[in-house]
Parts: sequence; structure tokens; C-alpha cells
Amino acid sequence: MNVPRHWRETPERYRMEAVKCRKCGKISFPARLICPECKNKVFDKINLSGKGKLLTYTIIRTAPKGFEALAPYAVGIVEMAEGVRVMGQITDCDLLSLKTGDKLISKFRRMNEEGKTGLIMYSYKFVPDIGI
Amino acid sequence: MKEIAVIGIGITKFGELWEKSLRDIAVESAMNCLDDSGIDRIDSINIGCMSSGLFNGQEHLSSMIADYLGRLDIPSTRVESACVSGGLAVRNACLEIAAGVSDYALAIGVEKMTDVSMGEATYALATAADQDYEAFHGITFPGLYAMLAIAHMEHYGTTREQLAQVAVKNHYNGSMNPNAQFPFKITQDTVLNSTMIADPLRLMDCSPVTDGAAAVLLTTVEKAKKLKKHPLVVITGFGSATDTIALSHRKKLTELKAVKTSAAKALQMAGKTIDDIDFAEVHDCFTIAEIMVLESMGIVDPGKGGPATLDGYTALDGKFPVNPSGGLKSKGHPVGATGVAQIFEVVNQLRANSGKRQIPGVKTGLAQNMGGSGGSSICHILEVK
Repeated sequence: MNVPRHWRETPERYRMEAVKCRKCGKISFPARLICPECKNKVFDKINLSGKGKLLTYTIIRTAPKGFEALAPYAVGIVEMAEGVRVMGQITDCDLLSLKTGDKLISKFRRMNEEGKTGLIMYSYKFVPDIGI
Repeated sequence: MKEIAVIGIGITKFGELWEKSLRDIAVESAMNCLDDSGIDRIDSINIGCMSSGLFNGQEHLSSMIADYLGRLDIPSTRVESACVSGGLAVRNACLEIAAGVSDYALAIGVEKMTDVSMGEATYALATAADQDYEAFHGITFPGLYAMLAIAHMEHYGTTREQLAQVAVKNHYNGSMNPNAQFPFKITQDTVLNSTMIADPLRLMDCSPVTDGAAAVLLTTVEKAKKLKKHPLVVITGFGSATDTIALSHRKKLTELKAVKTSAAKALQMAGKTIDDIDFAEVHDCFTIAEIMVLESMGIVDPGKGGPATLDGYTALDGKFPVNPSGGLKSKGHPVGATGVAQIFEVVNQLRANSGKRQIPGVKTGLAQNMGGSGGSSICHILEVK
């Protein structure tokens, strides 16, 4: 993967930047050029609050290339407070006690390291929201 | 629009075919298909293959397969829609016949997956997900279907035993399929004690990595009627639909909307309802997938896929047999070949030529093939006349 491939995603990965349709108010993450709800093409940028609840999840035990050292790890779909759904890892928790409906909050974390370029990739991960 | 008939079918052994190459198996399936048809004419080729680039470092199959088939002057097209690449090749061949562009259209599905390590194969398959917003976070295909399983289990009360029964049933059927990769029976214990891959899915909930190819030859019903070699099998309906590429963007995690829409379109085209269908080959890439496909197509009501499977409703001798071939689970899942291999099974069943796994008296069958976590789906309805 070359540097721009990761770099161009940093607004989403670093700041959870989303877009809100100016016509129907539908929030899209990541950004789109056409609103999937009303087909409007004008949006405002917003930052997601990072707060959400766990809709469904799994614990990855057989990991893909690049994630082997991390296994077992949890990945889930989180419904954000703004209504939009985001997939991400869930960390800093007891994997076996995870359950749907858990309150989570996003944190800025190291995701992976690219071998050939030495590029360190960061992104959001979710952790239990214990109010601190 | 011209009516479409299937006059030839061919398949290779499914499995770890280390002694054979991508081009070998594609051509072998096509040769078997042409032999079966008794016709030695092809006007066009559609090749379904998901990822020969990542599995074999080889693109440009349009030229390579036509070349090694010895048919250099005809249109040849490679199509890709992840695991529904094979179904898409058949659909494109249907369109060629229907439009009158080709009189004899060959559809080949092929995937040669064991030329790379398991990690590389997992990576190649994961490219069917949203690379930047799913795969980036370390999700795998078993992981995506595991998330669907958790949602389904919590919403409908689907149980681990019900999931396991999909694999048990399909292995029973596959034990009678000489082309299957794993032609042996298993028990609930085999599934429930196998290695955990992505909770709650275990190794025996997952379809395998497979080499294989299948081919079908289509023509018009008018031309097919003059051939007396096989019973006349007609494709009376086909439907295709897509859904969001990212699982997180689905409005409901308890149904597969592309499957629902593609089946409805195919049924409408054939002028039928799901009750008119005698049996189906469906995309059981994971056990939960078969249960959700049964519900999404309307074979059973939402939430009833698990109980129906456990009760034998979809067994070979059940009211609505599903995956008589052994499905992706037992027969194997060479991704690009799967959709064409499903048509192979449906045609063979309609010809009453399926040996020990033959379902008696079937007249109408459905093949359902899907890509990714349900981001694309294609259904074909076939009838013996």
C-alpha cells in the first residue's frame, strides 16, 4: 500500500469525519458524493461524537495477513449516537464478556504497520464507555 | 427476447488440484460441457472468475481461456462480482442468447485458489468486502458472517445446533457427489467441536478453499428442441440485485436484501412463486448464510430457517430440498466457479441424472449465488419441459 492510499483516508480514520446531507439530514460515514437516501449532492462535514452502542460483533481467531499477532480480537458494528453505523475493533475489554447493546466510545489507536513502506497506520477503535 | 435453453454442462473435480493449473481446469470443464452437449460450436465465452490476479498473478482470462480452448476469433469476456462471478457469467450468456447476439453462448466459472498460502487466500477473499472500511479493521469473511449469525441468533433465537445442521445436511448430500471436495458425512459433534474461527462460527460452519471449474452451454429453445440428446432444460427466469458493500450500512442485519430482490425478480420473470419451486441450490458459504437465504427468498418465514433445517424441511427427502449437490460446504467453493456449478447441479437434477442424490420427480429448480456478505446476488430458475 502506498502512502496516499492511507493518507487520503485520515479525515475519516483520525477524526471520524462524516457528511450530513443538506437536504434530508442523512449522515454518511465515510463521505459519499451522492446521498443514498435522497440522491442529493450537497453535504456539510461533521465530526461524529465517537459514542455509540454495539449492534453485533465477533471475535476473530483466524486473522488475515497483517493481523496475526493481534488475534484473538473483537470486531463489531457500532451504531453511533448520530445514527450512522461504523465497523471497527473493540479493545481494552474482556472479549468474552462483550454483549450487544454495550455502550462504546471511539479512541485513536495504532492499527497496523505496513512492512514495505514502514508506514504506521492509525485509526479509531472502540472501547467500553465508562464515562471518563 | 428469445427463450433460453441449457444444452451442455461440464464440471471438474473440486478440491486441491495441485497437478492442474487455472487454464487446465477452465478448459477441462468447457470440454466436458461441449462433450455433454454434442455441439461443437461456441459464439461467445463469458468467464466468471473473482480473483485470478491475487490467486495466480494472472489477469486477461478472456484471451487465455479462449486461446487454450482453441477458439480465437470469438468474443470472450471475463466478469467479476466476487463469489457471484459465476452466476454473472451465466446471466451474461443468457442475455446474449435472449438478445439474439449469440446462438451458442458458453459460460465458464473458474477459481484456482490453492496456488497461494491460506493467509494470502484469506486476503484475496477479503477484497470482496469494503477494503478501506471493513478489511482495514481486520475483519475476515467468516467474521462478517459471524456478525450476521450473532444478530440472527439474538433476534430470532436461532441456535448453534440449527447452524450445525446446515453443515450436517450438506455433507450428507455431498457424500453422494463424486465431484465434491469433502464427500463424507459429519455429525453435529463434528461441527460443534471444530476449531473456533470467528465466534460463533467454527471451522465446520465455513466453506473451504477450493480449486475447480464448471461450464454450461446455452442456446435458444428453438435450436435446443432439435437436439434430442437430453431432456429440454429451459432458463425461464433470472434476477440480479445488489446491496451495500459494507455490512455496517445494511438497514437490517437479519435478512439479505439482495437475495430477496434477486429471487423476486427471477420468480416474476418465470411467472412463478416460491411454492412452484421443487428444490434449490443456494449459497451456503457459511451455515448462517443458508439459513438467511432460505428466509430471504421466502422458502421459509423470517426466523424459521434454523428450525426448518433442524426438522429436515430442506433435507434431500424433505419438502423443499436445498443443496442436493452438498452445497459450498461439502462440494467446495472455488469462488468464481460456484455459480456455474450450481446451474450444473440443477440441470443434472432436472435431467434425473444425479445418481444416489437424485430428488425424484423434480421439474423446477432455482440456483441462488451471492457475492461478499450479500452485496450482490443472482438467481436463475430452470425448468425441464
